[in-house]
Amino acid sequence: MPSGATADEMLLGFDRKRDHRLLVLMPLFDEASKMRRQIVETMRILDQSGVDCFCPDLPGCNESLAPHAKQSLSGWRDAAANAAAHVQATHVLGARSGCLVAPAELPGWAYELVKPSSVLSRLARAEQISAREANETVTANELIARGCENGVTLAGWSFGPDLVNELATSELTSSPHHLPITQEEVGGSPLWLRAEPGFDPAQAKALAAIIVERLELP
Amino acid sequence: MTAGTATAEPTEPSRSVIDTTLRAILRDVLALDESQVEAFDADTGLFGHLPELDSMAVAGLFTEMEDRLDIVIDDDDVDGEMLETYGGLLAFAEAKTVES
Repeated sequence: MPSGATADEMLLGFDRKRDHRLLVLMPLFDEASKMRRQIVETMRILDQSGVDCFCPDLPGCNESLAPHAKQSLSGWRDAAANAAAHVQATHVLGARSGCLVAPAELPGWAYELVKPSSVLSRLARAEQISAREANETVTANELIARGCENGVTLAGWSFGPDLVNELATSELTSSPHHLPITQEEVGGSPLWLRAEPGFDPAQAKALAAIIVERLELP
Repeated sequence: MTAGTATAEPTEPSRSVIDTTLRAILRDVLALDESQVEAFDADTGLFGHLPELDSMAVAGLFTEMEDRLDIVIDDDDVDGEMLETYGGLLAFAEAKTVES
């Protein structure tokens, strides 16, 4: 939390006290709902393959009661680091924008990392298109500028100024400890692009297999 | 790609490459199969005709077009008309690749 205090959040876990303990970070915003089932099914396969998996709700996300407008990337990074310590994670898997808040020192993987500015501009564009349907004229850039000053609601999410500024200005940096996993390796069409949430068992199996192989599990 | 008698390297993707790329993006966004997107013609209705193609899906479509076609879509470009039909979207993508 910004004050330095902590708060409890929900965490979905498969815990059998095994050696490999994977912290899984969902994509942020709209892609979280599009990818949730896919990622959870991947965690199920990893569990069956001998990997403990833990997916925390970041503050303001999923079941969290914390206000979304008060969140920031730095706050989410702290929350992810606290979750990693709590579950004694040995590795991390970030999916899409989830990679942006993954603990940098924890070894692991970045599944199709996305630029912070792309995340923001896509949400601002969606808001621009919705506004036009309501006969209001505002551009994505105007919405972002407004958000940097006073916060803004984009595609249903309330953004405080800190989060807008962080997304607008953060460079795309990936920890050297997080090895990339590309969609090409996983195969199939990217589920985060779909208009409706989807599930592809073959992709879940492939993503889990890549991690199992890299962990050198039998 | 072979160019026969061409004397200069092409500076932008050909019409067929843009068409193929655009259909592939729509296939991903709308979760359609190859034959369904192959059946799209210039008059096939998009935004306002397909309920799943909401504002968020369109925003994702634009981002993918920028990435895969190496174009920049300005805020002012985002108007309803070019999204209404497949033909409109294809013409827009072609114009943008010439511009870039």
